[in-house]
Amino acid sequence: MKRIRIDLGRIIDPANNIDRIGSVYIADGKIVSVTDEPVGFKPDTVIDAENQIVCPGFIDLSTRLRDMGHSRKATFKSEVLAAAAAGITTLCLQPDTVPVIDTPAVVELIKELAEKADYPQIYAVGGLTQKLDGAELSSMLSLKQAGCIAVGNANQPVKNLLILRRAMEYAASHDLLLMFRPNDFWLSNNGCAHEGAVATRYGLPSTPEAAETIALAQCLELAELTGCRVHFGQLSCKRSVIKIHQAKKYGLKVSADVAIHQLHLTENDMTPFDSAYHVLPPLRTEADKQYLRKGLAGSTLNSICSDHQPHDLDAKLGAFPETEPGMSSLETLLPLMLKLVTQHAITLEQGIACLSANPARVLRLNSGALTPGFSADVCIFDPEREWQVNSANWKSQGVNTPFWGQTLKGRVTHTLQAGKIIHRL
Amino acid sequence: MTDNLQLNAEGKLKHFLTIEGLSKSLLTEILDTAESFAGMSEHQVKKVPLLRGKTIVNLFFENSTRTRTTFELAATRLSADVINMNIATSATSKGESLLDTIRNLEAMFVDMFVVRHALSGAAHFIAQQTAPHISVINAGDGQHAHPTQAMLDMFTIRQIKPDFSSLRVAIIGDILHSRVARSEIQALNTLGAAEVRVIAPKTLLPAHVESLGVTVSHNLTEGLKDIDVVMMLRLQKERMSSALLPSESEYFKCFGLTEEKLKIAKPDAIVMHPGPINRGVEIDSKVADGPQSVILKQVSNGIAVRMAVMAMAMQKQGAAQ
Repeated sequence: MKRIRIDLGRIIDPANNIDRIGSVYIADGKIVSVTDEPVGFKPDTVIDAENQIVCPGFIDLSTRLRDMGHSRKATFKSEVLAAAAAGITTLCLQPDTVPVIDTPAVVELIKELAEKADYPQIYAVGGLTQKLDGAELSSMLSLKQAGCIAVGNANQPVKNLLILRRAMEYAASHDLLLMFRPNDFWLSNNGCAHEGAVATRYGLPSTPEAAETIALAQCLELAELTGCRVHFGQLSCKRSVIKIHQAKKYGLKVSADVAIHQLHLTENDMTPFDSAYHVLPPLRTEADKQYLRKGLAGSTLNSICSDHQPHDLDAKLGAFPETEPGMSSLETLLPLMLKLVTQHAITLEQGIACLSANPARVLRLNSGALTPGFSADVCIFDPEREWQVNSANWKSQGVNTPFWGQTLKGRVTHTLQAGKIIHRL
Repeated sequence: MTDNLQLNAEGKLKHFLTIEGLSKSLLTEILDTAESFAGMSEHQVKKVPLLRGKTIVNLFFENSTRTRTTFELAATRLSADVINMNIATSATSKGESLLDTIRNLEAMFVDMFVVRHALSGAAHFIAQQTAPHISVINAGDGQHAHPTQAMLDMFTIRQIKPDFSSLRVAIIGDILHSRVARSEIQALNTLGAAEVRVIAPKTLLPAHVESLGVTVSHNLTEGLKDIDVVMMLRLQKERMSSALLPSESEYFKCFGLTEEKLKIAKPDAIVMHPGPINRGVEIDSKVADGPQSVILKQVSNGIAVRMAVMAMAMQKQGAAQ
């Protein structure tokens, strides 16, 4: 099989504590060596990465690719091109697909769609409950055996704490990770904006932070009670970061991520009634944004996810509360992470770790690092290269991003998945 | 963006969506224009030809009698052709999207939409999407804004108490769900009122309500001190079922306006209500029908103010073309 040498790039591999200029050697889809040339290595392909950064391919913990019942919004084919162009080599698919990921048959269907799209590293998160109804447990062991990497209920509520307790006990019995986005259904009260000054001014139905922090606190208690491994997804506020920090200090085995847009946008950035800013959890305050950044810098939050949710145009055309929440955000992930670095919120090494080594650890994958023997998932990017978010440069079928038209810095030039070049600029 | 969307290149009114972002001089211009129409209703011939040949569509996605009727009368008195569309019972119930409804009406060459909708931001959305020659007047969107109601109330206040800078105004009741309250607060603050005070239980106040530029009281007896204008809000029946209030009778006991409580306000205070009123819930009949009430005056003034807004939006549009 093909041998590839990546030359002259600045290699940043946080898991192996590497930051130096050198070459990466790949053969048979695996990393062979970093820096040291293996004896008799004759490459079929040489990639010149001078003045670029070579790092592990990114792992996205929360993605929607639509397709199946939602193919008018996006398809695997369209979105894997976007993922590849963003340097992402592994995707976790939330279970709220149509049909829901709650049977092995749907997991098989997803694998098949992934193969057909030439992007095999799509991992399904299985539904925690059947049809995500929050009432009856899904066949979690069967889902795990079919290939689910974790279980979760996406944005759907679990009916009561007894059911959540039992679901977590059952998941723990099969050593399954629970991916949990904390949100109390009743307190969230169908809100489409943060309960604060902006929602008050525009008369928008709103959701307080307490909807997130109360659900988070409950789940942390159950994590201790049941011994279930829990990863909290898309946290949006300061008090959530504090709670996770305390839980970790106390010794609970939990981890947490934040969606990239929460690190850059607040309620004040919302152009009045512009549905591109309609996301769940909602954009919160400047203080929350700063604390989420601190949470990353101090490793309380260990991952950044895209929370990619592509939509068709119609889904975003309407009065703000009736539009569908979510942003198309695979392709802005790297530039927005780099912006955190230039704004001195985190270091470049931390940023790369939050997109690779750390999510790999959450998922217990042998990936997210340039370790010899690991699958050759590599991202090569030019941190200085500017590009405009426009239809010429955009791959996702969903154009629902508030960054449309803006010029961003940082562009992926090559993406390798298991040693195969899946993107070349 | 809010203010840009409402004004044309010369800074004149194109759409009337919210009070936010409009200047004191523009609000005053609306009041002055309304003044010139105000006497007309008593004339034998109640029409002026300002909007002759123009077509105005009253697009009501939510039921309303008073607002729709006064908009219709206002348009008729400006000699426009008026079409009333009660969408609550027509197109959208067949699954047509808001945008499709708008596109279809545009295709019929209308000149202005007067829109009422149950969702905040609906009027903004229509103004953004609609053809550039069409003006949009917001007749109430969700919990966001009801700017013509605010302006007719400013008009009514000015008739009786011309100096806004000395006024202390209390708004009492369901601020949380009230588009009227939000627009009143913005209008009063823009026109320079000395104080806008909201009086309600915490369950009926939005988060960070002070950020709207108001002082807050949870007690009607304390809150009415030194008040020149008492604005009551309608209490919807469903507030009881969603656990925001225990009962109508307890609400009336705490926040209902009676003759006795009104005595706490200044002796020449006026009492206002956007209607329709719930007698015995937020206001006692003796106050609603009493000498300090200007509630029916508000209704009459609604016609003149809506004529002014329609005429201004259409006239500036003509000048821009």
